[in-house]
This record gives sequence, C-alpha cells and structure tokens, in this order.
Amino acid sequence: MKLNRRLFMGGAAAGAAATTLSAPMVHAAGHGKPKVVVIGGGAGGATAARYIAKDSKGEIEVTLVEPTRSYYTCFFSNLYMAGFTELGSIAHSYGKLASEYGINVVHDWAIDINREARTVSLAGGAMLNYDRLVLSPGIDFVDGAVEGWDISHQNAMPHAYKAGSQSELLKAQVEAMPEGGTFAMVAPPNPFRCPPGPYERISMIAHILKEKNPTAKIIIADPKEKFSKMALFQDGWSRHYDGMIDWIGGDFGGGNVSVNPHDMTVTIDGEENKVDVCNVIPAMKAGKICDMAGITEGNWAPVNPHTMQSRVDENIHVLGDASSQGDMPKSGFSANSQAKVAAMAVRSALTGSKLFPAKFTNTCWSLIDTNDGVKVGASYEATDEKIAKVDGFISKVGEDAELRQATYEESVGWYAGITSDMFG
Amino acid sequence: MFRIRNAAIGLTVALCAATPSFSNEIGNAAEGEKLWKECKSCHAVGKDAKNRVGPHLNGIFGRRAGAEEGFKYSKGLARMGKDGLVWEFDLLDRYIENPKAFASDTRMSYKGLKDEKKRADLLAFLRRYSDNPGDIPEAAPTAAGTDHSVDPDILAIQGDPEYGEYLSSECTSCHQLSGDNDGIPGIIGWPAEDFVIAMHAYKDKFRPHPVMQMMAGRLSNDEIAALAAYFEVAE
Ligand SMILES: Cc1cc2nc3c(=O)[nH]c(=O)nc-3n(C[C@H](O)[C@H](O)[C@H](O)COP(=O)(O)OP(=O)(O)OC[C@H]3O[C@@H](n4cnc5c(N)ncnc54)[C@H](O)[C@@H]3O)c2cc1C
Repeated sequence: MKLNRRLFMGGAAAGAAATTLSAPMVHAAGHGKPKVVVIGGGAGGATAARYIAKDSKGEIEVTLVEPTRSYYTCFFSNLYMAGFTELGSIAHSYGKLASEYGINVVHDWAIDINREARTVSLAGGAMLNYDRLVLSPGIDFVDGAVEGWDISHQNAMPHAYKAGSQSELLKAQVEAMPEGGTFAMVAPPNPFRCPPGPYERISMIAHILKEKNPTAKIIIADPKEKFSKMALFQDGWSRHYDGMIDWIGGDFGGGNVSVNPHDMTVTIDGEENKVDVCNVIPAMKAGKICDMAGITEGNWAPVNPHTMQSRVDENIHVLGDASSQGDMPKSGFSANSQAKVAAMAVRSALTGSKLFPAKFTNTCWSLIDTNDGVKVGASYEATDEKIAKVDGFISKVGEDAELRQATYEESVGWYAGITSDMFG
Repeated sequence: MFRIRNAAIGLTVALCAATPSFSNEIGNAAEGEKLWKECKSCHAVGKDAKNRVGPHLNGIFGRRAGAEEGFKYSKGLARMGKDGLVWEFDLLDRYIENPKAFASDTRMSYKGLKDEKKRADLLAFLRRYSDNPGDIPEAAPTAAGTDHSVDPDILAIQGDPEYGEYLSSECTSCHQLSGDNDGIPGIIGWPAEDFVIAMHAYKDKFRPHPVMQMMAGRLSNDEIAALAAYFEVAE
C-alpha cells in the first residue's frame, strides 16, 4: 500500500500536528546509513522490521535475525489441530520482507548482545552492529516450573506453545488416543502468552474427541482461579461438550501438580491420574536473549510505554510477549500493535521523522466449536507508568448463532490481515 | 448481542421530549408513493411482492438487516444484520439518505435522498407494508427525522495524510492491505467523505459492531479526517 497523492495540509490539520511530540534528530554512529537489527521474526519482530523498512524508504538499513525459515503462527495453531485449517496455511516465509522491503533476513540465532559496543553476536559466528536494536524473541519456559517436566520431555508431553512440529505432535497424539482415554492439560500461571490460548485449545481438542472418541475425557489442572473469557468458554463447553471437560482450578488444588512423562501420570493435589496425552504448558518468561542482554527484571523486560524502549537501555526496544508493559495481554495482536509504535519511535530517533502519540489495540478471537467464535478486546494508551487500558468489550453469553458465526468469520479475516501486516 | 435498537430508541425518545409534536404521521404517504416510483424498478411491495434486483420491502420495519431469505446481500449489510442491526425508522432514514455511507459495499445503486421531508414521506408510504410498526415513531417528523449528516465543520476538516498513514497501522492489524473483503471489510480507497460519515456513525453507535465502536470512539475529529485523507488515496 502506498500513497499516490499528497494532500495539502490545511489549517484544521494543525490540531493533529500540534499533539505530536517533536523528536531530536539523532545521527547514526559512525558513517553510512543508520542500522537497525531486529531479533525474532514473529508477530512483533516481523512487523517492526517491515514498518521500519517501509516507512524509512531506504534511509535505514534493517537486518532481521530469525533462526527458522518458516514461521508457524501460534494463532490458529489450535484451529489447525482440530482440522479447521491446514498446517501449510499457518506457515509464512520471509521472502517478501527480503525482496519487497529490502530487509536483510539472516537465519541464525542471536547468542550475545554487547550493549556498550552495540553489537549482536550470532551462533554462526557473525557479528552485527546496530544503532537501535529491536528485541521480539517471544517466550521461553521457566526451568522447573512443572515438577517432573523439562524441555527434554517435550515429545512425551508436548507444550505446543511454540507452533510447528509441536502442534503436529500434539494433534497426532490426540487423534491416536485409545477409546475413552484421558487428555490432560497442565495450564500455566499468569502472566503467559495468549490468555485464552489454553482454553481455546481445550475447545479444539474436545471438538476432535467429540467426533472421533466421544467417551474420552479431558482434565485441566490450572493454578488460576479464573481465566480469560471464562464464562464464555464454560457456557460453550457445556453446550457443545457436556460432561467431557473437568477443569480443576487453583482453589481446588489445580496448582499443586507434578507429572511423570515415563509412566504418563499427572498428580493433581495428591491424586495420581493415568493419562494418554498430557499437554504441559509451563510458566513463561521473556525469550532467553533478553536475560543475556541484561535487560530483564524478574521474568520480563520492562519498557517505556511511549516508545517500547527498554527501561534499562534506550537503544533497545522490546516488543511482544517478552516485554512487561502494563495492561496489554501477551498476544500476536498486541505484539503487532506495539511494533508499530516502536517502528515509529526508531525512525524518529534515527531519521528525525515525526513522532505521534502512541496508541495500542488488541482483539483476541477464540473458536469454541464450528462457527461458534467469541472475542475480547481493548484499546490502550501510553502513560509514563504503563500501557493503560482505555476501553474494552467482550462477547456475551447467549449471543445467537449468526453473530457467533460472523465473529468466527471475522477472525479468519483478521488472520489474513495480520499476517499480511507482518510479512507483506 | 449488541442492540442498536436501544441506541436508536433512546435518541428518538430524547428528541421527542424536547420537541413539540405537530402531527401523528411520520410523513405524507401519498407523496411517498410518488417517490416510490424511483425505487420500483428494483424493489417490490404489496401482495405477492418478490425479491427482484433488490429485496422485497414488505415488513421492512423491524426486519433484521440483510436477512430476507433468498436474497443475496452485500457482505456489509449481511454482516450488520448479524451484528444485530434491525431496520427501524431512524436507520432506514439514514440508509436512504446516503446508502454508501451507511453500508459501504451495498449493492443498492442509489445515490441517496438528501431531502429529509421526502425521506419521511417515502418511509410513511413503506410503513403501510409493515405489520408491526411498533418501532416507528408516532411523533412529529422533526422528531423522527433527526439530522444524520455529520456536522459540515467536521466534514470540512482537511486531514493530514501523514498522520493518517501512522494511524492506519491500527486498522491494518485486521483490514487487509490488499483491500480483500473476507470476514472483515476492505477499506482501501474508501472515499473520504463516506469514511468520515461511517466513522462518526460508529462513534455515535448507529453502526453496530463493538470493535469498530471502540476504535472509532477514541478517534478525534482530526484523526478521523487524517485517516480518511490517507485511505482515500491509498492503494
Ligand atoms: C496456542 C496459541 C494460540 C494463540 N492464539 C492467538 C490469537 O488467536 N491471537 C493473538 O493475537 N495471539 C495468539 N497467540 C499469541 C501469539 O502467538 C504471541 O503472543 C505472539 O506470537 C508474540 O509475538 P512475539 O513477537 O513476542 O513472539 P513470537 O511470535 O514467538 O516470535 C519470536 C521469534 O523470535 C525468534 N527468536 C527467539 N529467540 C531468538 C534469538 N535468540 N535469536 C533470533 N531469533 C530468536 C523465534 O524463533 C520466534 O520466531 C497464541 C499463542 C498460542 C501459543
């Protein structure tokens, strides 16, 4: 999309201009074009790289570091498991970012960041210089969060919380469950990536089981006493999957869990359950590279809400799941929204372009069963302290089938929209 | 479900209270019948009326938008119906005034009827073919025919397309860059005035859809103008 005609800026537009902040021009260190390195080509990183490259019109050199050649979106990966979409449809390549936007896409891991020298070291041995660094590495799991589980058990007990082979694995395991078998989920504590994600997943697993294995059971051990869109999910579960799902919340010992991947048992509040499939979603923290960069406080990297700059180092912007910013949920929509604010701030700092006030939005759609979609969303603004919620909405229990179907169709439209906003 | 009905009734009631009532009719149905001639090439009413180029309009008052069985509506109108829009006087009045501003992709190729009195006449005529005129205001035409057009001062604002381009990045999280229209309407190349009218219709909750009411609700007049200036020429 481009502008093919510039409009004359009349007097009335001065109102808009007046609300913008003026930014000091900061020139690149050394000579040549200013350089931006983006680590992580997901919802936050791909969007940021694309917007910086697109809007700076060649004035900024953008390098994107991402180890995988195909990005599988976590969004819609639950729908993939239940057969609502193909694996191929949730995979995206970085080809357009390179060919149409001139982004230098490097398929490698960042393994070290030297904030003094402003360099990034890659696993392959190369080193990149930056004037601004954008970090959007997503999440990693907290070591020892679920007793008995570590990453070496992710085949026996998949997390499927990074999409791709893990999603395929979990789908295959569910489809191979013995008749009347048991599926267990160990749900994560707050805050975590995609608050409705585990519960949409339960809905999709129940959808598969209802068709293929209707006497199977689902148990969820959850450390939380309530969860996102809880009333909507519970209403949907009782309408579509009556009697199949047993949710054990924090107040009933759902947080007191250990697993044994060899025997396939899950012990919840002292009671051992033999299960056929176990989806362990451990507690989360910012992608490890944030720790290595020394910009985390606790599990997450705190940021300045106006620009998404790290509170520790103003040459680094942190986006998406890895950041701690205030009221926004950790979602692909949020990461995409934050990326645009960061892209504007980066351009402004490096080329002196206009800095407009930050605005953020999020909407999370979830599918409960065929054509039964729900959504929750909010808009946000930047305060000095945090990204603060301004206004919001949520689907209601008892909506008619047509509206639920329209909501689902809308989510399909959104998927096409956000992925083209990320990858061009 | 979001009920536009409440918003519309609330407005009408408020206006009724403020305005003395002059007549018991919403318009002159006989005059409306003359105007109907223009509609007749596409729409039918009365006994045995069938869907033609446009849907038949028997029972249009109180009918859900985009819901007449067997008629293929534009995605926009069908979506509004699903979002809960029910045709009542105020909404029909807005729609006839400027169909494209109300539902951008409507298949009704009618430029709109600017004259408020004529709209009231036409609707008074159509009302005869609705069994359940419960939602039709019985008060003075002035009360019923609220002024829907956006304040000319707001329409006159020259938007800053550069600001619009930045703001548009909020829109493109959902609305596709290609202008494609599946599940979520395309908005690329939307005429600026229609854009402004539509955003204000969300802002004052005439158009249903909670996400758009929220998005438009926090946009200032200048921001709406900026977005309109940008999207009009975006491709
Ligand atoms: C099951 C599920 C369903 C979901 N559904 C939705 C939904 O419907 N809507 C929604 O908005 N969100 C949804 N989400 C959440 C969404 O996927 C995440 O919030 C979003 O991907 C976060 O974006 P990000 O940029 O922070 O991280 P990611 O998108 O995870 O991207 C991080 C990238 O960084 C790369 N990386 C990590 N470390 C390094 C390193 N050291 N060097 C180089 N690269 C590195 C990774 O390979 C990865 O590609 C869902 C999540 C799950 C798990």
